[in-house]
Amino acid sequence: MNQWRNFNKGFLRENPVFVLVLGMCPALATTTTAINGMGMGLATTFVLFMSNLVISIFAGFIPDKVRIPAFIVIIASFVTIVDLVMGAYFNTPGPQGEPSLYDQLGIFIPLIVVNCIVLGRAEAFASKNKIVSSVIDGLGIGLGFTFALVLLGATREILGNGSIFGLSFIQGDGILVFVLAPGAFIALGYLTALIIRLKKS
Amino acid sequence: MAKKESTFLNMIVTLLIVTFVASSALGYIYELTKAPRAEAMRIKQTFAIKKVLPEFDNDPLADQYVLPANDGSGELSVYPALAGGDSIGAAVKTFSNNGYGGIIELMVGFNKSGEIIDIAVVNQKETPGLGTKMADDSYIKQYRGLNPGETDISVKQDGGEIDAITAATISSRAFSEAVQKGYNTYLKGETK
Repeated sequence: MNQWRNFNKGFLRENPVFVLVLGMCPALATTTTAINGMGMGLATTFVLFMSNLVISIFAGFIPDKVRIPAFIVIIASFVTIVDLVMGAYFNTPGPQGEPSLYDQLGIFIPLIVVNCIVLGRAEAFASKNKIVSSVIDGLGIGLGFTFALVLLGATREILGNGSIFGLSFIQGDGILVFVLAPGAFIALGYLTALIIRLKKS
Repeated sequence: MAKKESTFLNMIVTLLIVTFVASSALGYIYELTKAPRAEAMRIKQTFAIKKVLPEFDNDPLADQYVLPANDGSGELSVYPALAGGDSIGAAVKTFSNNGYGGIIELMVGFNKSGEIIDIAVVNQKETPGLGTKMADDSYIKQYRGLNPGETDISVKQDGGEIDAITAATISSRAFSEAVQKGYNTYLKGETK
């Protein structure tokens, strides 16, 4: 029960995008389509999960004064692993030669390392809590981030492209502004308002 | 669990262990994913070559040769296309180091007179939704049929003929630079 609360805290009550408003850069930049948002969210979830796990195990062995560099090395390693694995297995172009998921996410995969959610959870939670709680916390926050990115990506894809997960349901263009940067802010603003309204009731 | 004291020795030993374990793990994963990553690159290249060349009946990957870039910035691979034994042009894998996210690799198809047939993006790390639009047909179609020896293919901001991608002028500039480099290197290699 307690662990469920722990998970739900990250997923909804303190959703990193809609409530804490953290990790805005990837949340706004990579959510041009639902599938991109999902790829980015799951990559971040993996890094959060693994770094929370490792840091909660080894926090006791790391002297306080060097904990930040040690955490960053651990996080950076998992990010590089994600980058290498995605370069190997998510790098096939589409049937018409569209860029692969790895190409579309581009620079934002390596940039997970500076996502403040990841270091924030390591510092504020994993270094002070037991392994199971830390892993659940990483999973909750990570999936909450994924959920937010997919929602944002789907909204922008439906309005901007007239498609969902790559399946188009209208001919021609949608409201193009939603694919561009201003549309990201507009969609995020309305979704945040909606989520907070739903949370209250 | 008692926290470890932040003594000088403790700190050095801890960081040493952390970085050692991290780098060993990365080395292992790198080796593990090396083959599939190379395979993904090969598929991408075959795709790119097919896209930028007309029908050919040889194997451009097998016939490829390497030319030094005209500006000395590296080497470009050329994949010649033959139809019935006659040369019908070539795909040139060219690059620019001046993209917004670093290196941009393109496959540019030229016919025998040096006109651009088509362009495919092989590798890039540009901003998603902005610079990544360089792979869109609406951008690439501007280059088709142009001869970089006769038409200025730099972006309009630099006095050329190409409309840069909105909010991604740096990416567009690098794109044009790579195409021009491919043209100059390929033509120089042909007349040699």
